[in-house]
Amino acid sequence: MSASSVHSLWTTAAPVADKFPTPHIEYAQLSPVLIVMGAAALGVLVEAFLPRRSRYTAQVGLAAVGLAAAFAAIVALADKGYGSTKAHIAAMGAVAVDGPALFLQGTILLVGFVAIFTFAERRLDPPPSYAGGTPNSRQPVDSFAAQGSAVPGSEQEKAAVRAGFTSTEVFPLLMFAVGGMLIFPAANDLLTLFVALEVFSLPLYILCALARRNRLMSQEAAVKYFLLGAFSSAFLLFGIALLYGYAGTVSYSGISAVIDGTAPMTPALADTTGNDALLLIGLAMVVMGLLFKVGAVPFHMWTPDVYQGAPTPVTGFMASATKVAAFGALLRLLYVVLPGMRWDWRPVMWGVAILTMLAGAVIAVTQTDVKRLLAYSSIAHAGFILAGVIATTPAGISSVLFYLAAYSFVTLGAFAVVTLVRDAGGEATHLSRWAGLGRRSPLVAAVFAVFLLAFAGIPLTSGFAGKFAVFQAAAAGGAMPLVIVGVISSAIAAFFYVRVIVLMFFSEPKPDGPTVAVPSVMTSTAIAVGVAVTLVLGLAPQYFLDLADKAGVFVR
Amino acid sequence: MNPANYLYLSALLFTIGAAGVLIRRNAIVVFMCVELMLNACNLAFVTFSRLHGNLDGQVIAFFTMVVAAAEVVVGLAIIVSIFRSRHSASVDDANLMKL
Repeated sequence: MSASSVHSLWTTAAPVADKFPTPHIEYAQLSPVLIVMGAAALGVLVEAFLPRRSRYTAQVGLAAVGLAAAFAAIVALADKGYGSTKAHIAAMGAVAVDGPALFLQGTILLVGFVAIFTFAERRLDPPPSYAGGTPNSRQPVDSFAAQGSAVPGSEQEKAAVRAGFTSTEVFPLLMFAVGGMLIFPAANDLLTLFVALEVFSLPLYILCALARRNRLMSQEAAVKYFLLGAFSSAFLLFGIALLYGYAGTVSYSGISAVIDGTAPMTPALADTTGNDALLLIGLAMVVMGLLFKVGAVPFHMWTPDVYQGAPTPVTGFMASATKVAAFGALLRLLYVVLPGMRWDWRPVMWGVAILTMLAGAVIAVTQTDVKRLLAYSSIAHAGFILAGVIATTPAGISSVLFYLAAYSFVTLGAFAVVTLVRDAGGEATHLSRWAGLGRRSPLVAAVFAVFLLAFAGIPLTSGFAGKFAVFQAAAAGGAMPLVIVGVISSAIAAFFYVRVIVLMFFSEPKPDGPTVAVPSVMTSTAIAVGVAVTLVLGLAPQYFLDLADKAGVFVR
Repeated sequence: MNPANYLYLSALLFTIGAAGVLIRRNAIVVFMCVELMLNACNLAFVTFSRLHGNLDGQVIAFFTMVVAAAEVVVGLAIIVSIFRSRHSASVDDANLMKL
């Protein structure tokens, strides 16, 4: 007997391991995300290799070009029909390319593009006083810390301010956040959802800590946002683990097949699907993680503090883009994965929506700080959008898409106006300081009034068209009580919006009141875009409603 | 050993972590509790992976580790910067913003 044949008596040739198939990645369909991430990575290189004086121009240009190119890619994809007829799932089932994804990604890119203008504004903050440095130390500065790592009030910080340092890192950070937000509403498995959540959250935590004025407050906002954000993402992850345990897969279509009972049964699956606790607790925890990002009651506690402490351009970006991305992910999760569970999640979401609308509107009445007021108003708006989410009809999807597009530009514009009203300590955000603003600078006050009216949902503004669409969808979806609560809380909300308008126009300006800084063309553009979108979507919403309607079909 | 026991352990670790986040005052300890929660998730993923006989859960555990590492980088940077400016990492001291 030869050695090999003896050997074969007690061994057996191991089967050749199945080769890992090369993943098939549709680069063209993922190009919007790839462009943004590529521009962000280039931005990091710019930060590393370019001399300080040329970084600002390079970063702003790079970010703007990157976002514009990504938006062009979105338009091209939609034009090719990926939003409707050719909608499918790319990257081995990880990312969906469909109507809602393209619509929300386009919105996020436009919001990011406008946010760059507010980030790049350099005329509002006075340049640091000339104190024996080089002449170029009088170069203008933006609203971000001279050196994020320097202790506030320390010699190191003073030296950095004198030298005219600026944190141009904010542009790559913004781009990374936008990149994560692009993936978030398109994520088609729970792992991609989690990774995208972290990819857009981590840059936002840092951006929150980088205010030039009120640095202690800004750092405090960052710590609160970070700790609560990490806490909520841990809940999301445990929910994902439980759903994976229930279904044996993390892909959306796989989980929904298991829930519907159409998946092929294996012994392990028979074991785990016998236990509904895994599914229900997992679902609750994942939705909890998403509701935190949305800022819905009872997961809203971070919103006012973070919105108040963060640099105002960041607040504007965060308030609008995060909401778009998070509602996109929530919609996809509830409509693609869990339609079979809607009798379980709808009552809970009803409660959350009612609480969110009422709590946001009622607490906002007591606020005395403009940024906190807008934060609570954003909570109330999250409730209105949730009413549309609950509808579980095609109209629910398209109305939420439209509302998100309309709301995000109003928010961006409103926070851009907040950056203009300043006194010696930076932005004057206390409401009493805004008294009589309409007498002193009618244009700025009028623009802010337009945004407030849009928040309140007055006809001829985008807010009215959005609210009407959402409430109509909710009523048609059998959620009439929600609509009634929504209208009541809109009325409460209208009270404090109008109160601010009255304060601005019908009270005497204080002698030592704040000045309204004259912005450069950057912030002016951002505000003008906000006003234009608000009015266009209010006066002629039909085209955009149709667009949202056409985009409102998920692929599964 | 019954794999369910690992799930009980994972749920226990997650609960300890969540309780720690809610109870402890020091930002670093709060953060460590969050990390404990993430590790509890990893244990659950790996156990379910074993139960179902597919590799997804184990791969996800790697992703979680990478994400947790990235979170540490950002989180410690923020906590250290607030500690240097306040000489305290207590989350109760951070109270500049109130209603």
